[in-house]
Amino acid sequence: MSNAYRTKNSTGLINKNKKINFSFNGHTYHGYEGDTLASALISNGIHLIGRSFKYHRPRGFLGVGVEEPNAMVQLHEGNKSEPNIMATEVELVEGLKAKSQNCWPSVQFDIGEVNNLLNRFFPAGFYYKTFMWPKSFWMKIYEPFIRKAAGMGVAPLQPDPDRYEHNYEHCDVLVVGSGPSGLASALAAAKNGARVILAEDKANFGGSLLTDEVTIGNMSGKEWANDTVAQLKSLPNVIMKKRSQVFGYYDHNMTVMIERVSDHQENPSKYTPRQRLHYIRAGEVIVSTGSIERPISFGNNDRPGILLASAAKEYMKVYETLVGKKPIIFTNNDTAYSTALEFLKNDIVPVILDTRNNSNGELVKEVKQKGVNIRFNSGIADTKGHLKIKSAVIGELDKDKENFTSLESIDCDCICMSGGWTPTVHLSSQAGNKLKFNEEIDAFVPDKKRQRESAVGAANGSFTLNQSLAEGFQVGFDLSNKFTDNNIETNTPNSKEPKYEKHERLWCMPLPQGKKPKRFIDFQNDVAVSDVELAIREGFRSIEHVKRYTTLGMAGDQGKTSNLNGLQYVSNIEKKIVPEVGHTTFRPPYTPVTIGAIVGREVGNHYLPTRKSPIHNWHEENNAVFVAAGLWQRPRYYPKESENMNDAVNREAANVRKNVGICDVTTLGKIDIKGPDAPEFLNRVYTNAWLKLPVGKARYGVMLREDGMVFDDGTTSRLSENHFHMTTTTAQAANVLSHLEYYLQVVWPELDVNVLSTTEQWSGIAVAGPKSRELLSKLFPNIDLSNEGLPFMGLVDTNIDGIFARIYRISFSGELAYEVNVESNFGLHMWKKIMDEGKAFNIEPYGTEALSTLRIEMGHVAGAELDGRAVPFDVGLNGMVSKKKDFIGKRSLSKEAFTSEDRQTIVGLVPLDKRTKIPEGSHIVENDKVASPVPKLGHVSSSCWSVEYNNPFSIAIIKDGKNKIGKNLFAVSPLKDISIPVEVVSSHYVDPDGERVRS
Amino acid sequence: MLEIKCPYCGKRSQNEFSYGGDATVKRPTLGEEISTEDWDNFVYFRDNPRGKHTELWHHVSGCRQWFKASRDTATHEIFDTCKMNEAFNE
Repeated sequence: MSNAYRTKNSTGLINKNKKINFSFNGHTYHGYEGDTLASALISNGIHLIGRSFKYHRPRGFLGVGVEEPNAMVQLHEGNKSEPNIMATEVELVEGLKAKSQNCWPSVQFDIGEVNNLLNRFFPAGFYYKTFMWPKSFWMKIYEPFIRKAAGMGVAPLQPDPDRYEHNYEHCDVLVVGSGPSGLASALAAAKNGARVILAEDKANFGGSLLTDEVTIGNMSGKEWANDTVAQLKSLPNVIMKKRSQVFGYYDHNMTVMIERVSDHQENPSKYTPRQRLHYIRAGEVIVSTGSIERPISFGNNDRPGILLASAAKEYMKVYETLVGKKPIIFTNNDTAYSTALEFLKNDIVPVILDTRNNSNGELVKEVKQKGVNIRFNSGIADTKGHLKIKSAVIGELDKDKENFTSLESIDCDCICMSGGWTPTVHLSSQAGNKLKFNEEIDAFVPDKKRQRESAVGAANGSFTLNQSLAEGFQVGFDLSNKFTDNNIETNTPNSKEPKYEKHERLWCMPLPQGKKPKRFIDFQNDVAVSDVELAIREGFRSIEHVKRYTTLGMAGDQGKTSNLNGLQYVSNIEKKIVPEVGHTTFRPPYTPVTIGAIVGREVGNHYLPTRKSPIHNWHEENNAVFVAAGLWQRPRYYPKESENMNDAVNREAANVRKNVGICDVTTLGKIDIKGPDAPEFLNRVYTNAWLKLPVGKARYGVMLREDGMVFDDGTTSRLSENHFHMTTTTAQAANVLSHLEYYLQVVWPELDVNVLSTTEQWSGIAVAGPKSRELLSKLFPNIDLSNEGLPFMGLVDTNIDGIFARIYRISFSGELAYEVNVESNFGLHMWKKIMDEGKAFNIEPYGTEALSTLRIEMGHVAGAELDGRAVPFDVGLNGMVSKKKDFIGKRSLSKEAFTSEDRQTIVGLVPLDKRTKIPEGSHIVENDKVASPVPKLGHVSSSCWSVEYNNPFSIAIIKDGKNKIGKNLFAVSPLKDISIPVEVVSSHYVDPDGERVRS
Repeated sequence: MLEIKCPYCGKRSQNEFSYGGDATVKRPTLGEEISTEDWDNFVYFRDNPRGKHTELWHHVSGCRQWFKASRDTATHEIFDTCKMNEAFNE
């Protein structure tokens, strides 16, 4: 039984010397190197692969490649498991494990098949109609039920262990598809010197040349393909990619291609990615994607064993696999006769049904000459065979081909159908090409292009080899001329192929009398002719609406085999021609793409870059717990032994108030500002006055957006007449730089000022606390750090160990404090020096939590208050706003709403019990006992445990804040279900007059 | 992903740039008396045309220059780009 379905001769592309074992639904089989999972299963006589989406009908293979709508499997196990993989696209590899989808308990006996028996209750729009009432049922009952019932395979729950990579490519000409037209255009463009990428989805280059009996020059089609591939490979300006699908065409000729790098390898090396996603920006794209055969709709045309005639031929010619031994060939055109000839080569005589009255095509004649009886004017009405096709009800058609005149049943084990060919226009359509209908081939072809894209060969509706080659060579040469001056033209070789007669416009068989078997159009979405009829009967007219109502042509398949048959059927019912019906939009991806490949290497730590200060390692060694501040990793606190976070933070903050603390503030944004107009520029950017800031002094500044909202704050110092050093918050550093550049380059280009980020050039170390002066005086004995020598907001340049250091007397903690800046490389050295010297003063490092505690107690505003909704008056920055000069955003501040009495403004809150911490984000209300909605006065922006008073303290922004001071309100957190009685106090809770910083 | 020609650096992918909105908006002169309506028009209101649009882009992951682009908002075709002090070539 094993491999009983192989062809007599071995002229295909499989290697019978290398046996490969695999398992399907727990049974072990073997195939050969070069097989796909599909061809290996078929060679073992297996056609039943899975169950259909809606009706759970037994399904097998329809196609041989990307067009496959049915034969999807769950591949591998555990964390490598992958659902919905087309068995036709999987190359056989030793130990491969696959199983059927959408069936339980097994593919042979599937409980869900009851849907098929109930199919008259599952018409188009079933879900829309049924799950409407009652509305409350949707979330809890209907939706979970549908979710469970729908979908095909199962996504693994564990992280994907495989490696995926991204690659960026540029080329002059990208050729998509390596059939005759693709090879021709790649060769013509490459020989003319253009940089070419040739992409082929399959494991072998050649496309239809691998299966068609044609002659090019003095070679067979297959030989010419091999010869051309060898020529292309020898050229340095060509990249050849097989197993690579260009699935998306985006703006400005950006295409995306997925390459299956190691899926087919038995033991890929450790760092070989599984798949690689290529972003290719192509000068020109040549779409040589060929065409896909159309099925024919007839009763029960979806049974395992019913497939496309071209697929049957490829299985025989490329994979040396017989799809059956008792075939029926059913066609409306000549091309299926090549499949008949291939069967004849294996001594199998097929039954041939042709809907046409006659044909004198060359292949038809050849079949006739071999004595095969061709039943013209005939078709299939119905089929039988539950898990695999067993017989077909066939008959002659009447004159109008609307009824069968007689019916008879014949046995068969496969049906090879052909409804003619549809150009694969997906990529052209994605590129914005307005398609036009070509009546000669009854299909849409590319027409008016919007991007630099050209379809050639079958994808362009040119179905003869002669045309394909001529177009390929011509277009390849013409387009490459845009990129080179070589002007080397390659001649189109002569070619010979059989002459074909025209197809018949018939894709749907009449029903057998008295019966209503389902005639499928879209196999993947289980859409039958009756569903389309129903949609039209219910008034859906736009093809886009019919598509959504019936689900025709949707999902992973994107209507590869179903689209035109659906359009054709709508046009028949509506009595309109197809171009009037129009077509639906083709969307990327053309074929399903693994999510892992889209994500690439940007997972885990690599999701975003990590920024570390030069002192990072010291923090790590000293037990810091880190927190992300944008991309930066900052120490949050430094726990000692058994300390929890609260204990550690309180200790660190209290030590700053009592002794001295040290904090890494390297992450603050720093911007160097130079130029004769720098003072004027700062005067426009900041709300306060800057023209008279003396050299060697710093000043606190607030900048607004034009809408009056506070944008950022920080201290900026004047280093010399025309040279300033600006600091920004960590969070807004990049935005502030863009903001400054915008005003300098776009709004006021007349200002002679340059700005440059120096965030990474400086390492900043804050030294804060009553003992900070004493400590630094010991470290820098040569400079005068007294209150007179270096007053608050002063700065001084100095040297230590041959390192330049700049000391600012600035404070965020509200204590006497300094900030020492050194070149980044010396940050760690400086930090260690201060730590060593500081031991005598009980110095301790403090993290961002203690930093917050210190600034909250002092009522200094930060990101939580400056949240883009606050004008300066809201957050107590009235004194920062100059009345004399104009600045960015000033005009907004005089708007009525921003000066209104009942705006929410900044206050402090202390819980009445002096114990309960107020959650940040709590709502402030006057009365917590009233029915909701409770009128809200404002919200809590920042909370801490005050180390000064040893009780909780919060900053809040509440309506008419300054008149609420002294009142009792409630802080309510519905999330935590608590209501805390609080007293409103000044936001300046500690040292309201700011005496410490000036001490 | 668009391909945008920075007038300083040449063609680069869109992910190096950030968008800056309508380039034809003029900021009112500093110190000038201006009605609330005119100011609101400047701060809040922008046209959203279908078709040709003159807009600002910032080569933020590159030379950090702001420049002008003439782009079709429907097709994404970029007709031209130029420095702030230049005019388009069309």
